[in-house]
Amino acid sequence: MLELQGIAVSSGIAIAKAYCLVEPELPVEKMEIENIDAEIARLNETIIKTKSVLETIRNGMTDTVGEEQAAIISAHLLILEDPEMIASMKDKIKQHANAEYALKEVTDTFVQLFESMDNAYMQERAADIKDVAKRLLAGLMNVELPDVSLISSEVIIVAEDLTPSMTAQLDTRFVKGFVTDIGGKTSHTAILARAMGIPAIVGTKTASKSIPHCSMLIMDGDSGIVLEGATEEQQQHYRALQREFKLQNESLQKFSSLPSRSADGHSVEIVGNISKIEDIDSILTNGGDGIGLFRTEFLYMDRDELPTEDEQYDVYKSVLTKLEGKPAVVRTLDIGGDKEVPYLSLPHESNPFLGYRAIRICLNQQAIFRTQLRALLRASNYGDLRIMFPMIATLEEFREAKEILLDVKQQLETEGIPVSEKLQIGMMIEIPSAAIIADLFAQEADFLSIGTNDLIQYTLAADRMNESVSYLYQPYHPAVLRLIKTVIDGAHLHGKWVGMCGEMAGDTTAIPILLGLGLDEFSMSSSSILSARRQIAQLSKEKLATHIEHIFTLRTSSEVEQYVKTMLMEM
Amino acid sequence: MEKTFKISALDGLHARPCTLLVSAATPFKSEATLRYKDRSANLKSIMSVMSQAVPTGAVITISAVGEDEVALMERVVDIFISQGLGEEC
Repeated sequence: MLELQGIAVSSGIAIAKAYCLVEPELPVEKMEIENIDAEIARLNETIIKTKSVLETIRNGMTDTVGEEQAAIISAHLLILEDPEMIASMKDKIKQHANAEYALKEVTDTFVQLFESMDNAYMQERAADIKDVAKRLLAGLMNVELPDVSLISSEVIIVAEDLTPSMTAQLDTRFVKGFVTDIGGKTSHTAILARAMGIPAIVGTKTASKSIPHCSMLIMDGDSGIVLEGATEEQQQHYRALQREFKLQNESLQKFSSLPSRSADGHSVEIVGNISKIEDIDSILTNGGDGIGLFRTEFLYMDRDELPTEDEQYDVYKSVLTKLEGKPAVVRTLDIGGDKEVPYLSLPHESNPFLGYRAIRICLNQQAIFRTQLRALLRASNYGDLRIMFPMIATLEEFREAKEILLDVKQQLETEGIPVSEKLQIGMMIEIPSAAIIADLFAQEADFLSIGTNDLIQYTLAADRMNESVSYLYQPYHPAVLRLIKTVIDGAHLHGKWVGMCGEMAGDTTAIPILLGLGLDEFSMSSSSILSARRQIAQLSKEKLATHIEHIFTLRTSSEVEQYVKTMLMEM
Repeated sequence: MEKTFKISALDGLHARPCTLLVSAATPFKSEATLRYKDRSANLKSIMSVMSQAVPTGAVITISAVGEDEVALMERVVDIFISQGLGEEC
């Protein structure tokens, strides 16, 4: 039996077979073959089989992630059937080489050719050829490649890490949990799992190397424990826990139609974070009051070129239409940092989180920014749109961004395209400099939204992706709490509303503090909405006031955490 | 028959335009080649077309030889125009 301890980042219990996303080794040996015709036939057969696998993947992607991403697989299909490549391979086989060796020789030549080009985009195409070659080689060697899009029974995905493009292919019906070697609370895996409402454990360090493919796994997304080859007793224990978890979830369901209001009648908005249109469904089924963060960068990632204005307009329009009048806060393009967009050819930086990213890119490459704003403003008539700019550090940046927006608006109006009068223009508070002068921003912005993931890492100077300093990622650090208070007070002074769209907004320890401080809008992953609403319904904002006073005399993050937990128990 | 085009696609003939052109040419019986500078590529081979790394602004010649060369060329011209890859010159 194997027991691993990782970081629990999304709660729930899953019991299913492990699906190990480990790329198998495919060593190629050169062999002298006798029967040339049979070897060529073997190659042809494998190409046909691989073609049908790729077609299945592509058709599945068209349903789940759309035509644009499926285009990548279309290119793979053409590479697979490339007449020049196949002819070269056959030539080699005719000289008595085995198919595996012929394939490797030919594809290596093309890979080298592309890698040596002085065009970064073309260099990356080498990866496409490698991908196809690997698939074909695995087929020839009868080795099964793990392929997430082909999963058709319930599994727990075990991998070193998950990338956004990998997860784009996942069929969420079959994935019951994630276990990864690396990552933290805010890693892509964690965020995705919470959005899907399934358990996730990250940072196990060795899971992908030590868990056998297809073995029975139990994972507890609350304690961070992963069990492989569990005893009958343990299985029973976890099945019981799983049932209990399900019951609790069902009792939460009644909160989906209740208003977001504290025990003493103070109303707030509990809204959801989304990355793509499909995420809205789970926000709405959980009774979310709207969208508090639409991360539009996912429209720009995992593709070859910028999304056009019309393409974006269609997405924004569907988001607003689906919400039927509920508000949608859309964040303009926030790339850079850990979110790369290869076709923009942004220079590699040694310190990307402090570098050229988000609004800094948009203000400099205005064509990209203006296209997005045009699409947004055109869509604004379909609902309650609120646009916010990310990574604002100075008042000048906000003014410039707002000026561009108003300029785009005027242009549209000259063209006879109306823009909604309800439109709100706000900004994110993620940088300590912006938090400290929030009162100044509040005089010029319609609203402020605190992005705690970045605010915490910038305040404590600790990269949230770096496990060695993850102890410094402290949401309850007195400095972070003071900054949040400064922002809320600053905005309220000028009659503006304040939201929060970081992980902290859905955190059960943070919610009482945030409610007590007067936060107006809590934006979180859909799976936290109901429990947050229930918690707020049980809390009295007025009674929290004295506790808040005491919390602001505490000196460390752990003192705050301890105090709030005890306070919640006593209530 | 052959036709000359000036590439206006912003990033030149990268994966997406190449996919479109190769998919368009493949179903025809005629042979098709793309000439750029002094090199020529089989228009039915994505690797061969992509490895030309044709940049925006480049002038290329496409030739088709065979029984259905006219239909092939029509299809190629159609792709160039409808996808904004470039224009005939």
